[in-house]
Amino acid sequence: MQVQIRNLVKSYGEQRAVDGISFEIRRGEIVGFLGPNGAGKTTTMKIITGYLKPDAGEVRFDGVSSMERDFRHKIGYLPETNPLYTDMPVIDYLKLSARLQDVPESEIPARVRKMIEVCGLGDEKHKTIGELSKGYRQRVGLAQAIIHDPELLILDEPTSGLDPNQIVEIRQLIREIGKTKTVILSTHILPEVEATCDRIIIIHRGKLVADSTAGDLRRQAEGKSLLTVRIEGGTSEEQRSALGRISSVQGVESVMEGGVQKWKLEHEGGDDTAAEVFDLCVQRGWKLLEMVPQQQKLEDVFRALTMEN
Amino acid sequence: MKKVWIIARREVESYFSSLAAYVLLVLFLGFTGFFTWLRGNGDIFFRKQADLEVFFAIAMWTLFFFIPAVTMRMLAEERRSGTIEMLLTKKVQTWQVVVGKFLATMLIVAAALLLTLIYYYSVSRLGNIDHGATISGYIGLLLLSAAYAGIGIFASSISKNQIVAFLIAISIGILFQFIAGILASDATGVVGDLLAYLDINRHYQNIQRGVVDTRDVLYFLSLAAMGLLWADYFIERKK
Repeated sequence: MQVQIRNLVKSYGEQRAVDGISFEIRRGEIVGFLGPNGAGKTTTMKIITGYLKPDAGEVRFDGVSSMERDFRHKIGYLPETNPLYTDMPVIDYLKLSARLQDVPESEIPARVRKMIEVCGLGDEKHKTIGELSKGYRQRVGLAQAIIHDPELLILDEPTSGLDPNQIVEIRQLIREIGKTKTVILSTHILPEVEATCDRIIIIHRGKLVADSTAGDLRRQAEGKSLLTVRIEGGTSEEQRSALGRISSVQGVESVMEGGVQKWKLEHEGGDDTAAEVFDLCVQRGWKLLEMVPQQQKLEDVFRALTMEN
Repeated sequence: MKKVWIIARREVESYFSSLAAYVLLVLFLGFTGFFTWLRGNGDIFFRKQADLEVFFAIAMWTLFFFIPAVTMRMLAEERRSGTIEMLLTKKVQTWQVVVGKFLATMLIVAAALLLTLIYYYSVSRLGNIDHGATISGYIGLLLLSAAYAGIGIFASSISKNQIVAFLIAISIGILFQFIAGILASDATGVVGDLLAYLDINRHYQNIQRGVVDTRDVLYFLSLAAMGLLWADYFIERKK
């Protein structure tokens, strides 16, 4: 399902939680929704699900406004707090979710079986939800969100509070589901976005501050790349001036790491710079002990975009 | 209507899966039974009449506490735990949730009242019972329950705390049960008539006398409807 968000505004009292956000999500895309706590991620998601009404703006699904038609049965939603009826057995809860989403009664047993298989609930299916561990509850939350085979899946911090193994499993599950569905997933764990999402949308203080792929974001914030090199041979001064003469190198900085001297080269030459450094060492008869290209981390991009002031 | 039924069914199942439900049921039957049969002064044996008048008088009060205890968690818990969000992001309307909870309450109350049919059977063996009066008595109890249930569900929609919801329901109940009647006896004119009309006792006793008048039926049903409408409004507003 294709999703269009247009100029959404939502205030709680004086505070504008969402302040004119617009973006589009194409069919089959997995979009990561990033932002510091309180940026407006959850509010935006709740508006997309139809739970909250925006003060202004609209949400369109496949070109049709959510005001005109009820799309809720085409959406699967896992809220951040993953609220579940803890007194219900897993199977009964999944059946209830399916019924409430208009799944025909004849298809329900098959759907429930599929969900138990897909979400790995086999061993726990006869327990009541209250008896399950957090990881399994999260799976039940995911299962209830996808049991009616929605076209759009909205997941609000699906991996929060899980242990590293569970996180990997849930991510795999999301990627698997994302092959056939449009997914919006919010998180503030950056590696998660890189691992699962095709596109990243960053919001800050209710406004959209970035909308692109992880790679583009990094490049955009980078501009320049860094290369760390360690060379044996010649004096420190000779090394510095020789490195400085390489045309694509814009700056040379000396750093001491673990008692050895290294050079940090600021450049914009991509792999050419590395080749030139290598050639230089060959010419001078120096030994190249270390050469590490440094990628700017997504964390830095994120911080640059969402830092106060 | 199908959604209403799904919600109601889940609510009834959830209710009867907890121990508290049975404790409450036993308390209800215990108190009504005690005052109907064992109290001595004023009970069925004391009156030496084969009717259920004593039961209908006391059930009004046991239901007064029983129903808010059933309804208190229905919406309050749903909002406290956030499951209301889960419900309303599925293809369910708020009114369907509210009416589903109301229906569930009525089913639970009906189950409790069904158990009191034993009294009816017992008394019918003791003497010539007036079947008509008994039927209208039960109709009265069901109508009264509908009004209490509406009030209870409204109270449960405005607080996330079950105990607060219970107390609010009781307070509103007292308003209709005592305050309206007491004020009506002092007031005159239109205000007096209005207050007298609001007094729940009057309508209940009309039906207990064996007269099922549409005006009284309407009174109870509109109280229930008002409660549900307000509950719907508050759930929508407090999202």
